[in-house]
Amino acid sequence: MKRPGRFRPLALARVGYVYRREMSAYFLSPVAYVVIAVYLVLSGYFFSMILLATHSAEMRGTLGDMSLVFLFVAPVLTMRLLADERRTGTDELLFTSPLSTADIVAGKYLASLSVFLVMLALTGVYPIILMRYGQPDMGTVLSGYLGVFLLGAVFLAVGLFASSLTDNQVVAGMIGFGMLLLLWVLGWAGQSLENWLGRALAALSVLDRFSDFNKGVLDLSNAVFYLSYIAGFCFLTVFFLDRRRWAR
Amino acid sequence: MIEVSGLTKHYGTKVGVEDLSFTAGRGEILGLLGPNGAGKTTTIRLITGYMPPTRGWARVAGFDVEDHPAEVKRRIGYLPENPPLYRDMTVRSYLEFVAQIKEVPPARRRAQVDEALGALDLGPVAGRLIQNISRGYRQRVGLAQALLNRPEVLILDEPTAGLDPKQIIEIRRLIKSLGGRHTVVLSSHILPEVAQVCGRVVIINRGRLVAEDTPERLSQRLRRSQRLLVRVKGREDQVRACLEGLEGVLLVEEEGPAPGAAPDPEVSAFSLEAQPGFDLREPLFFALARAGLPILELRPVQLSLEEVFLQLTTEEPAEATAEGGEGA
Repeated sequence: MKRPGRFRPLALARVGYVYRREMSAYFLSPVAYVVIAVYLVLSGYFFSMILLATHSAEMRGTLGDMSLVFLFVAPVLTMRLLADERRTGTDELLFTSPLSTADIVAGKYLASLSVFLVMLALTGVYPIILMRYGQPDMGTVLSGYLGVFLLGAVFLAVGLFASSLTDNQVVAGMIGFGMLLLLWVLGWAGQSLENWLGRALAALSVLDRFSDFNKGVLDLSNAVFYLSYIAGFCFLTVFFLDRRRWAR
Repeated sequence: MIEVSGLTKHYGTKVGVEDLSFTAGRGEILGLLGPNGAGKTTTIRLITGYMPPTRGWARVAGFDVEDHPAEVKRRIGYLPENPPLYRDMTVRSYLEFVAQIKEVPPARRRAQVDEALGALDLGPVAGRLIQNISRGYRQRVGLAQALLNRPEVLILDEPTAGLDPKQIIEIRRLIKSLGGRHTVVLSSHILPEVAQVCGRVVIINRGRLVAEDTPERLSQRLRRSQRLLVRVKGREDQVRACLEGLEGVLLVEEEGPAPGAAPDPEVSAFSLEAQPGFDLREPLFFALARAGLPILELRPVQLSLEEVFLQLTTEEPAEATAEGGEGA
């Protein structure tokens, strides 16, 4: 008996083909525009309200709220990516082309990440406004942004994984949202449970490390933590995509 | 060009295909014929590397599909049963995307996209979104996609499904013209289609290979007369002598006792095959009556091949009138 689906390394050019196709799918449909607009409205609301309430030139509150909003937005961005290929049968084109599964997953992931980056870049007006009227600590702001970006990147990887599990977008979105919410509240257990379980769950929390970034604490281990989450979920996605077809 | 040996695919406990073996030579058009649910699509998905077999192997151009998937996939053009189209793309941008992922060298991409557009008369819709073109055009975009990388092997799963008669004739003509340059595997549940287009036919039923031959020879076998099973009260040698003396008998084979019945030396059973167009039943009755051997049972036996053909020859789809226009 031969080995089941072995990992074919990804190649940048092939990832690029998938990436460009996904980007055009985002921006030729209303999806990207609607998602970006909603995100900007909500984060703009949080920014102005917090600024009006505190009168202080800092982004910590806003960035914290932005990451929470993105928890709702990420599954919307990713739910289509793999579920729809399966529904329309286009996965058969991809899986019978010389693309490897890793190429496909990487291309799609990077496309969703790019849309997220566009959203984040557009929120850059808020610190610019702060700079115009005050002296925000730009180091802290940038480190906070890095935190939002890494946390959002984890969310997208989870959402993409959820999309690989089904051929139904709504189901994919719901599973993704549920997983993200669970990930969000994992840390709470650490506060109430004093035993090993609490400590283990707290160690998995994606939120605690985000507050480090948001406080301006740059710790390499935190970045590595997020990158492992991303790599882990992308790997799971590849694994499940292959396993479904390679089941014997 | 294509070799398949012992190919088996189980879905859990369900059998997709079981122990299929066949080959297709360079430039040959091979028909994969079988009723719906026979395992045609499974067979095709195993050859294209969409999924691996449970047992057995498939080779394309000498490359094992499981060991060298990329080599195989580069050489294959594949049209699945539902054309894999991105509805939000234009025909041209879709074909350009396919050219990229199929690793057509950048310098040749534009030329090969134009070539595929031309070969399938897609010029008029090249700039339109796939969601806005008619079903007939979509099927042709699917075929263009399969031809795009000038593949050595072309695999088409029910390529004429859902087309109107005029489009069906066009597509069949096109496929026929592709033979010689490409090795083509064409799956279909329509016997006349396969008979028209293919040089050789593999018939699959319930996941198993039932027959493999040229369309001509298969129809000859089909036209052969029916088999009869006759159960007679009499000893075996007596009955055999009587049956073999009959005019028009080609074959006399002894059969076992009826299912559930104990063997009885006083009852013997035979299956008979007559010359084409020859009805054995009357002469059989009189001959056995003269010999004083009472017939206990006489019934026709369906050949398994005929069974399959009966399901297959369920004429061509009559959905012809519904979708006349191209809607261009």
